[in-house]
Amino acid sequence: MDTPLAELAAEAAVPAPRAATWRRLLRNWSVRIGGALLVLLTLVSVLAPWLGTVDPTLIDPVNRDLLPGARAEVATLTGESFEHRFWMGSDSYGRDIYSRVLYGGRVSLVVGIAVALLSLFFGLIVGLTAGFLRRLDAVVMRVMDGLMAIPGILLAIALVALWRPSVPTVILAITVPEIPRVVRLTRALVLSIREEPYVEAAVSVGTTTLRLLYRHVLPNTVAPLIVQGTYICAFAILVEAILSFLGVGLSTDVPTWGNIMAEGRLQFTQYPHNVLFAGVFLALTVLAVNVLGDGLRDTLDPRFSKRGDRP
Amino acid sequence: MFKFLLHRLLATIPVLLVVAVVVFLLLRLTPGDPAAVIAGDIATTEQIEHIRESLGLNRPLVVQFGIWFGNALQGDLGESFFFRKSVAELIAQRLEPTVALALCTIVLAVAVAVPLGVLAAWRHGGWLDRALMGFSTLGFSIPVFVLAYLLIWLVSLELGWLPVQGYRRLAEGFGPFIRHLILPSLTLSVIYIALIARVTRAAVSEALTEDFVRTARAKGLPERRVLIRHALANAAVPIVTVIGIGLALLIGGVVVTESVYAIPGLGRLTVDAVLARDFPTIQGVILLFSVAYVLVNLAIDLAYLALDPRIRY
Repeated sequence: MDTPLAELAAEAAVPAPRAATWRRLLRNWSVRIGGALLVLLTLVSVLAPWLGTVDPTLIDPVNRDLLPGARAEVATLTGESFEHRFWMGSDSYGRDIYSRVLYGGRVSLVVGIAVALLSLFFGLIVGLTAGFLRRLDAVVMRVMDGLMAIPGILLAIALVALWRPSVPTVILAITVPEIPRVVRLTRALVLSIREEPYVEAAVSVGTTTLRLLYRHVLPNTVAPLIVQGTYICAFAILVEAILSFLGVGLSTDVPTWGNIMAEGRLQFTQYPHNVLFAGVFLALTVLAVNVLGDGLRDTLDPRFSKRGDRP
Repeated sequence: MFKFLLHRLLATIPVLLVVAVVVFLLLRLTPGDPAAVIAGDIATTEQIEHIRESLGLNRPLVVQFGIWFGNALQGDLGESFFFRKSVAELIAQRLEPTVALALCTIVLAVAVAVPLGVLAAWRHGGWLDRALMGFSTLGFSIPVFVLAYLLIWLVSLELGWLPVQGYRRLAEGFGPFIRHLILPSLTLSVIYIALIARVTRAAVSEALTEDFVRTARAKGLPERRVLIRHALANAAVPIVTVIGIGLALLIGGVVVTESVYAIPGLGRLTVDAVLARDFPTIQGVILLFSVAYVLVNLAIDLAYLALDPRIRY
């Protein structure tokens, strides 16, 4: 196997040195800002129990509709009572909005990350299949075209309604409409990578198809797929909030940003703080993910990840 | 040319077929008796039996699909037991607000996004360009309903310029009709503007590097004419394409926007149907939106022929 061709193939298969890529990423301001904001938001929601929150589902009629910053006595279900500062006020059930917003972040982040990983996983498998087994290609892509013709949010709403909402069903319902987009991207990548000289070189020295996939094609799809994954994550966070907000998502006793806003909308004209705090956190999180995605795209420079293809 | 038209039309058929199969399967994938699911929570046993009979639910899945598809082709989308009406009738009643909202949004978005995109491309890297790119990332991130509440709060409650919510039919006069549409369209157009402006900027930037632009400038054409007649005209295809693709985004936004602004359109109908677990209506609306999406994009593909004389298939 010591032919020059084999060497060429092996060389091309080695991904760019990791340390250099990391340094380039960390020098990009979009990556810095988006990443930092995202880390902060993640920490805040993971560490919610230690950040002066109370039980986000604790209903206390005495303390309802408090304005942001108000101090009041909170009585827990076990009969204890202590003074608590309602940094973001309380809702019409007397629940602490600050606690609800912090805990609500957990659902959004879990859904966003899970949808991104799942749709990348399934999209990658189908996309690689379509790109490699040319006989299946036409059929698979027609099915994907059909799926993409159904507006994603509508399909997600219908699927959640069918399966009855829970965290896994919401994740799956948002994932299904995203898969075809990943399939398209992966297939386009595979088709262009197949034309590269190093693949030709690898084939000519008798590399098996599986090894070709694993060593040559897969590593070169990673960067564009990571970028695509961040956009999917941002979109999934939005869709989850939309589902909750419309009342078709997770049950109203789970604190999610969409649920908080759906309940707050009834009193929006009197107490806008209910809707606004959850809305700001939601917008900030999606913005952080999107900015991070833009930074990754600019740094890793995949030719295929374009915003225009991502409704 | 004729060959291309035929080819493009034929290519639409499998897509529509897949859409129909998926929408059909939506109901069969539910656990439990499809007849009971179609009938909803308030139907009687006789009605369920009648549904089972008329849709052939005891027969093989392929036959069931045939019956359903045949009915759908004739405009019969089934019966909504919740609303006590045929789905087709329901959709017809709710069509006007949604079409008005969508058209208003598209006009607004194109009118704002295309000039902004052209200007940003013209002064590539300038302040307007940076502002526009920042705005578009923000536009992709801000949820439609958050924006809706911000606008209601600012424009309707604080300034009192426009009605908070509701809808007036065109038949009730153009003034009230348009006043009720401005805020919802504005809300809905932001993400669309972000999308179209980005693509316009990219496409026009590329066109501006072409030789014919240099030639046009060299022969002393006014910059305005260079931008519009030479750069924009040559960038038309990607821009029109993204308007079509973005329609999917618009449809998703319609569902939310109509809910916030209490507009009795198809989006509101979808949410009501989901909350009532009224599956024939859900199926009907999804089918309608998907077919509309496919047909609009077909029309856009055909429009390329008119937009770009170089394209001769």
